[in-house]
Amino acid sequence: MKHIAILQFPGTNCDLDTKYAFEKLNCTTTVIWHKETELPANTDLIVVPGGFSYGDYLRSGAIAQFSPIMKAVIEFANNGGKVLGICNGFQILTEVGLLPGALKRNIGLHFISKFQTLKVVNNTNDFLQKCNKDELLNIPIAHADGNYYIDEENFKELESNEQILLRYSDEQGNPIVINGSVTSIAGVCNKTKNVFGLMPHPERALETILGSEDGIKMLEGLIA
Amino acid sequence: MTAIVNIFLKQGVLDPQGKAIHHALDAMNFEGVEDVRMGKQIVLKLTSTNKDEALKEVEKMAEDILANTVIEDYTIELV
Repeated sequence: MKHIAILQFPGTNCDLDTKYAFEKLNCTTTVIWHKETELPANTDLIVVPGGFSYGDYLRSGAIAQFSPIMKAVIEFANNGGKVLGICNGFQILTEVGLLPGALKRNIGLHFISKFQTLKVVNNTNDFLQKCNKDELLNIPIAHADGNYYIDEENFKELESNEQILLRYSDEQGNPIVINGSVTSIAGVCNKTKNVFGLMPHPERALETILGSEDGIKMLEGLIA
Repeated sequence: MTAIVNIFLKQGVLDPQGKAIHHALDAMNFEGVEDVRMGKQIVLKLTSTNKDEALKEVEKMAEDILANTVIEDYTIELV
């Protein structure tokens, strides 16, 4: 049985959804307060969940990156451990440098909260291994700072290393502008493909009755 | 000593908030505005009396946390 460590900062609000999601997938979980300095020894995956850590003060994720637990997260990631950042968690992982690029204010300035079609760009990684390339997924998004930026040189590297995970798309699979992200990017991974970040919320898409269960196969990839 | 840190999105990085302000100014018939960039200002009261040391220290603060140098530039003014 896989063990999932879920971080909790002041202002995190998706920790319990994430816990519910992984327990539904038959994992054990620990929610870890950010002042802790150690992860459970049996941790298979760290999830940095969504929310508004530190009220998004300064920049989204900027202050959380210096919380005591982050040292252990960086060490875990650098040793090849799997880390997933969802929404605010994605912002935190870019701020701390575990993922390339940065997330800016949405191009339309609004907080966007709705179901969104996503296209699987690369499945040559643990996270999306259960999805097909070019598959369309229906996953909720809920963010104000999801406008992914990366400079041209690093973008080329991202593309050629197959680090682009997902793009916002229409129902035909064409990329569309949702928040101003470079080439409609919704999620990326690091070069070694053990750290993943995305703005959409797979943990909110586990039941057809609530709109979609496409999140299951995404999360399942990480615990396969 | 006081340090004033001004932080702006880098030139070439689209500034959605600056754009929105520019649109509003246009709508209010303020003419002659070519571009608007929005940033933030952080004012630090320092105990240091040595300008060089203070500048070094604030530069480190800016690099480490105050600015995200992937997307932002900063300037430091000591007064």
